[in-house]
Amino acid sequence: MTRPLSAPLDVGFDYTRSLGPTLGRFLSDLRRRRVTGIRGSDGRVHVPPLEYDPVTAERLHEFVDVAATGVVRGWSWIPEPLEGQPLDRPFAWALIQLDGADTSLLHAVDAGSPEEISTGARVRVRWRGERVGAITDIECFELSDEPAEEPAEAEDVTMVTTPVTLHYTHSASPTEDPFLRGLMEGRLLGQRCPSCEKVYFPPRPACPTDGVPTTEQVELADHGTITTFCVVNVPFLGQRIPPPYVSAYVLLDGADIPFLHLLLGVAPEDVRMGMRVEAVWKPREEWGPTMQNIDHFRPSGEPDAPFDSYSQHL
Amino acid sequence: MRPAAVVGTGQTHHAAKRLDVSMAGLCREAIDRAMADAGVDWSDIDAVVLGKAPDLFEGVMMPELFLADALGTVGKPLLRVHTAGSVGGSTGNVAASLVQSGVHDRVLAVAFEKQSESNAMWALSVPTPFTMPVHAGAGGYFAPHVRSYIRRASAPEHIGAMVAAKDRRNGARNPYAHLKQPDITVESVQASTMLWDPIRYDETCPSSDGACAVVISSEPTSGRAAWIRATAMRTEPTTFAGRDQVNPQAGRDAARALWKQAGITDPLSEVDAAEIYVPFSWFEPMWLENLGFTDVGQGWKLTEAGETEIGGRLPVNPSGGVLSSNPIGASGLLRFAEAAMQVMGTAGDHQVDGARVALGHAYGGGSQFFAMWVVGSEKP
Repeated sequence: MTRPLSAPLDVGFDYTRSLGPTLGRFLSDLRRRRVTGIRGSDGRVHVPPLEYDPVTAERLHEFVDVAATGVVRGWSWIPEPLEGQPLDRPFAWALIQLDGADTSLLHAVDAGSPEEISTGARVRVRWRGERVGAITDIECFELSDEPAEEPAEAEDVTMVTTPVTLHYTHSASPTEDPFLRGLMEGRLLGQRCPSCEKVYFPPRPACPTDGVPTTEQVELADHGTITTFCVVNVPFLGQRIPPPYVSAYVLLDGADIPFLHLLLGVAPEDVRMGMRVEAVWKPREEWGPTMQNIDHFRPSGEPDAPFDSYSQHL
Repeated sequence: MRPAAVVGTGQTHHAAKRLDVSMAGLCREAIDRAMADAGVDWSDIDAVVLGKAPDLFEGVMMPELFLADALGTVGKPLLRVHTAGSVGGSTGNVAASLVQSGVHDRVLAVAFEKQSESNAMWALSVPTPFTMPVHAGAGGYFAPHVRSYIRRASAPEHIGAMVAAKDRRNGARNPYAHLKQPDITVESVQASTMLWDPIRYDETCPSSDGACAVVISSEPTSGRAAWIRATAMRTEPTTFAGRDQVNPQAGRDAARALWKQAGITDPLSEVDAAEIYVPFSWFEPMWLENLGFTDVGQGWKLTEAGETEIGGRLPVNPSGGVLSSNPIGASGLLRFAEAAMQVMGTAGDHQVDGARVALGHAYGGGSQFFAMWVVGSEKP
């Protein structure tokens, strides 16, 4: 059996994070080459500062300046750094207890080789030149028992931006695969449930009502009925069709479930429930394994379907 | 099953952007109010249940991990509930079940959304390969089904605008509401931009930052209690051949189970106030029918007659509802909390006089998750 079709699916967004008073103070201070902790109800100094006490759950208020120097409490060597990690050469992830703190901070140590670093080693902050108010204002730690750079003036920050990107490989299911390969030949292939005899287009691995595999392939014509629709007038991030456009549920003749597609060739105000439509295919040389081979649907000119003929599909 | 009651409620001031607080701070604003309302301290709380809408909405996987300190859960059980837009309602029901079952005596339920940290419309329209990219967020998904309702029920076009005007006017009475529009009219709603025809701008929920919390207890902790008379949840697939997208089976089944458990035979007569999840105005008449308050095709007549206004036969969304504040993950719990506030008599300027029985309702996904509860002033 050949592998099902697959394609990349890339999702990314620049999320923002409102910092609030505690994390805002911490990151604003990093921008000033200062490290700030907070005192908990049991007297421990937490670095980074916690918003709420882990013992009493009360909001914490007592900020404490700690040093930009400290000691390695534990570490792990990273021989091949990944994209997005703090350093582009081998480094150590380490738990670092800063002088004046009672808890450890996770950060990178630019130690050169695993032979150079040890638990108990003294380290200091290597400050980034261009600081924006983020944990990465600490470029990394370096092995040293000397003090770090002196503090500097800087504006407060109240927000950080955290870009998140996910790269997926989206694979078609074994049932979807012949459907997509059919589309590459301009054919519309559905599947019939052996129990309820409903025809699914696009096909499903199993009938959602009966839970049994759909086995019988059914070829459908490229015309059908608009069951219902909306006119999209609103632009949005990532939109691939410029508004306004009609997003319509198309019930192909012989199918028992409608699917969403684009309806063109008619003014949006003239679109009706029950309107008969036909597929407008892209030029054959542009076909791929996608429903986008059908560029859009357009009115076929046949009389509207009676309401009763599609009312059970709403 | 032993009785359980809501003994305290709290919510944030909802707004388009709450840039002054972190996610933890947002949750605590609601939690601290709920605990003060209930007159309880952290030592009184046995477990915490957290609800939040899908992770892509804020780009935080498992927020329960980094919120553990803020939610006061250290050394206690913490559960996360996850049922898309209905999650706030499901969170209330899960918390209620932990008390009703006798597992815990007092449980804190909290739900939040910080929508300004992301873009929900983008998160709902991820371009899946091989498909036709016609989706346009939640509005684009629900608009065709609203059109189907209007056609099936032969509903007049102004009903959606009536609901929107009513809910926004109610929101103006609610100090926590995101949108406060006391002067809105049916005409001004009808004059607003058509976004996803047949859904207009003013018939659409806002995008809000906000949180809600309730304390559920086996015994009253303050002078007030909203006794949980029934809870119900049902689920169905997003699509299947013959699915009724206007009046989903899962919602009808949940409502039937709910009324039976509550001992209610005539919901329209026996329920004094309803907080129903209405993110787009037309869902008021649709859910009135789905919940069995009216026969199929008749829901819009209750709205048109003004019976869903405060002072009507069944005030719906006296708080202003989802149309006035929509921190998605919290929206369901807000409905549940507002129902409790009505029977506790703590709803302030949007209090329904003499409310003794109230419904809280939420739905999510493609109308596939339903969660609801009935609360009453009398101990069952």
